[in-house]
Amino acid sequence: MILFELVPFEILRVVWWVLLGVLLTGFALTDGFDLGVGTLLPFVGRTDTERRIAINTIGPVWEGNQVWFILGGGAIFAAWPPLYAVSFSGFYLAMFAVLAALILRPVGFKYRSKRESAAWRNGWDWALFVGGAVPALIFGVAMGNVLQGVPFRFDDDLRVFYDGTFFGLLNPFALLTGVVSVAMLVTHGAAWLQLKAEGPVRDRARAIGSVAALVTVVSYVLAGLWLAKGIGGYALVGDVVSNGPSNPLFSETTRSPSWFGAFAERPWIAVSPVLGLLGSLLAFYGLRAGKDLMTMLYSKLAIIGIISSVGLTMFPYILPSSIDARSSLTVWNASSSHQTLFVMLVAAVIFVPIILAYTAWVYHVLWGKVTEAEINDNHETVY
Amino acid sequence: MDIDIVELSRLQFAMTALYHFLFVPLTLGLSVIVAIMETVYVMTDRPIWRQMTKFWGTLFGINFVLGVATGITMEFQFGMNWSYYSHYVGDIFGAPLAIEGLMAFFLEATFVGLFFFGWDRLSKRAHLIVAWLVAIGSNFSALWILIANGWMQNPVGASFNPLTMRMEMSSFFDVMFNEVAQAKFVHTVSAGYVTASVFVLGVSAWYLLKGRHIDLARRSIAIAASFGLASALSVVVLGDESGYSVTLSQKMKLAAIEGMWETQPAPASFTLLGFPDQQARETHYAIHIPYAMGLIGTRSLTREIPGIADLVKQAETRVRSGIVAYNALMDYRANKGKVSPEVATTFEEHSKDLGFALLLKRYVDDPRQATDAQIAQAANDTVPTVWPLFWAFRLMVALGFSFIALMVWFFWMSSFRNMRFPRVALRLAVILIPAPWIAAELGWFVAEFGRQPWTVDGVLPTALSASTLSVTDLAITLAGFVLFYSVLFVIEMGLMVKYIRKGPYIDVPETDRWQSDHRDRLTAPSPFAQQPAE
Repeated sequence: MILFELVPFEILRVVWWVLLGVLLTGFALTDGFDLGVGTLLPFVGRTDTERRIAINTIGPVWEGNQVWFILGGGAIFAAWPPLYAVSFSGFYLAMFAVLAALILRPVGFKYRSKRESAAWRNGWDWALFVGGAVPALIFGVAMGNVLQGVPFRFDDDLRVFYDGTFFGLLNPFALLTGVVSVAMLVTHGAAWLQLKAEGPVRDRARAIGSVAALVTVVSYVLAGLWLAKGIGGYALVGDVVSNGPSNPLFSETTRSPSWFGAFAERPWIAVSPVLGLLGSLLAFYGLRAGKDLMTMLYSKLAIIGIISSVGLTMFPYILPSSIDARSSLTVWNASSSHQTLFVMLVAAVIFVPIILAYTAWVYHVLWGKVTEAEINDNHETVY
Repeated sequence: MDIDIVELSRLQFAMTALYHFLFVPLTLGLSVIVAIMETVYVMTDRPIWRQMTKFWGTLFGINFVLGVATGITMEFQFGMNWSYYSHYVGDIFGAPLAIEGLMAFFLEATFVGLFFFGWDRLSKRAHLIVAWLVAIGSNFSALWILIANGWMQNPVGASFNPLTMRMEMSSFFDVMFNEVAQAKFVHTVSAGYVTASVFVLGVSAWYLLKGRHIDLARRSIAIAASFGLASALSVVVLGDESGYSVTLSQKMKLAAIEGMWETQPAPASFTLLGFPDQQARETHYAIHIPYAMGLIGTRSLTREIPGIADLVKQAETRVRSGIVAYNALMDYRANKGKVSPEVATTFEEHSKDLGFALLLKRYVDDPRQATDAQIAQAANDTVPTVWPLFWAFRLMVALGFSFIALMVWFFWMSSFRNMRFPRVALRLAVILIPAPWIAAELGWFVAEFGRQPWTVDGVLPTALSASTLSVTDLAITLAGFVLFYSVLFVIEMGLMVKYIRKGPYIDVPETDRWQSDHRDRLTAPSPFAQQPAE
């Protein structure tokens, strides 16, 4: 099959780097509000019915939303196998924690209201809280560690060795980026509850969400300053071979004083952090003013801005190594083969529009607020 | 590679995969059965069928969610515990997993919410379409997962790239239409249909024994028995197809399943029962059926099926050829890929045996330094442990035939004998509920354990595939999984039992009213039924 040579290797690599960002952002935009609602659950719902309102705003959609994450994992495996191998085994215990949280969550949604007992339901409410807050925190912490570089190296067989520990991941900068992530997703969850819920649940979500939006702004700015002043970046040495074999050991990397060199090289990328900040501030305003639909849009802009700012700042790096710079993974040395990237792109071009179309239809069918009456009338069938 | 890490990782993978596979077969089958029931509802407009759809749909939902949740573990685990495997074959193996997400999982997960929440928001026909989309999504998921798994059994359409130190895809078409994958897909999916049929049949039989929900139970039995009969037959036919494709691709697995130590003159006999002895390379007290194996395995009277001893000899040749490839690979590495054409040609000629040289890594760091004894040992390692395969396979097949018998009988009674089931038969149907799960797990075991010592047959040894983790890491996650999964299992079973005991609880009054208004029409005997003697 020579068809794949129609698209040059380096272009496919950049396309898949963008698609990786699209999938992770897609996950944050959709399942992000599910995680946010989970985190907010104990605070917005005081009675069983209130909690059920919150849960049922996401009840019919979380499952599809979560596939963005699963697809993101699959796409990393297929398009960036070294990244998949290093990050999943390197962050071993953190991944296990995410996994446990993501298993608790579906089960919590489905099983919580299947028994009447208050202890049973309370237990699952905690599970849903953990299932929302823990992944939100860990994803942010992971981002912070990626920016600092991760202690891994390859041997000549390209077997990966990891020298860090679980608690090493919980360093101050990473915890700060963890706060950005939690605050950002809580804002998003609050915007969703504002849109889909009524009465006290909506009011409390708006109050907490507007605080979260401000926390997002402050922590994002602090993390940015810290990144500019206190954390070194990485830079490629010598001629950049963008269509060579995917072998990290073939390229050379050195440390640079700061990631912020990227802003001098490509000033246009400043759009992302500006969008992130502006979106968060507008989300604050939207939650205060009670603008149902627009707040969702603002909060989405914030998420797109914040996530893309990390990727664009680091380009072409996707996972730098803090102990062996030449093992660092970049867009040019960590992809799948030319053919696999092409096949995957064809699959994505066919299916992503279809997915977006039917997802939009499902949201359209489920349009409207979840009311107390709806919960009471269908108390045996809803979550 | 620390062998404890490999063994613990295998244990963890086996545990979590077997657990995941407790939920998958029922999801595959019940999604289709529920969609069939809803189709009947839309066609006949009788509320009892809607009630059945919702009732079995509730049980489907309780099961489905754990299938989804434990499926995430599977996707994570390749990277977490098998990172060298992920690096080595991710270029091929990752693609079907990602396409599964794009094409199948998105579909089923997006519409399953609408299936449960959309009854009042959608027209009847639109809801029916949603139900079928969930079923189609589930089944397509199985297709792509088995394309990925089929590639591990029969790694076609790929070759080793010495510059990237990994396998790379040479033909996506070959990977997708891998005959092993296709045979596995139909076999696995029909096994799921049988599982769900036995489940629906057993639960309905329990209702009949208790004298409850008769209308729902009788109709459910009619669906389960006819769907189950077709599926049980296809499991065996397609299992045979699967066996035939194994003959072509995985000769060692086949020989191990059969306990066939020496090559027999064609057509070989089939060993019905016996006690395989790995040390003596002999199956004691064997009962043979003449010619059967040759006919099933080769579909000919003249082709031979190689025995284990001959296969080990072939493996030894391949280990030696692999060492030549390994030597060339070291040349590639030392010169960062710039090698003479002779080295490149040598590598090309021998690279398909590279995996066999990697078997030596258990005994020696550099396969080129291996002694003759080590080479013989590596060749011998290609034989999986025979007795568990031998017995697991026979038990699976016996269960498969028992499902056919069960389904034939219930199909006959429900179609031609007006559903006058003796109580003993109903009890048997209840007792048999767990049996298809046992068969399905045994099937998984035969496929995966039979592939040892490889993760990818002939390409990558299991001993090299694991991540470089510590025993503590693995102990924590293993303990976590055992605890977590046990609690979830108890909770799931508790809910299943609760909702089965509770019976249909949605739309009950209107369904009952409709049933009693139309009782005369409904009790008319089936035209096929034997009329009672005057």
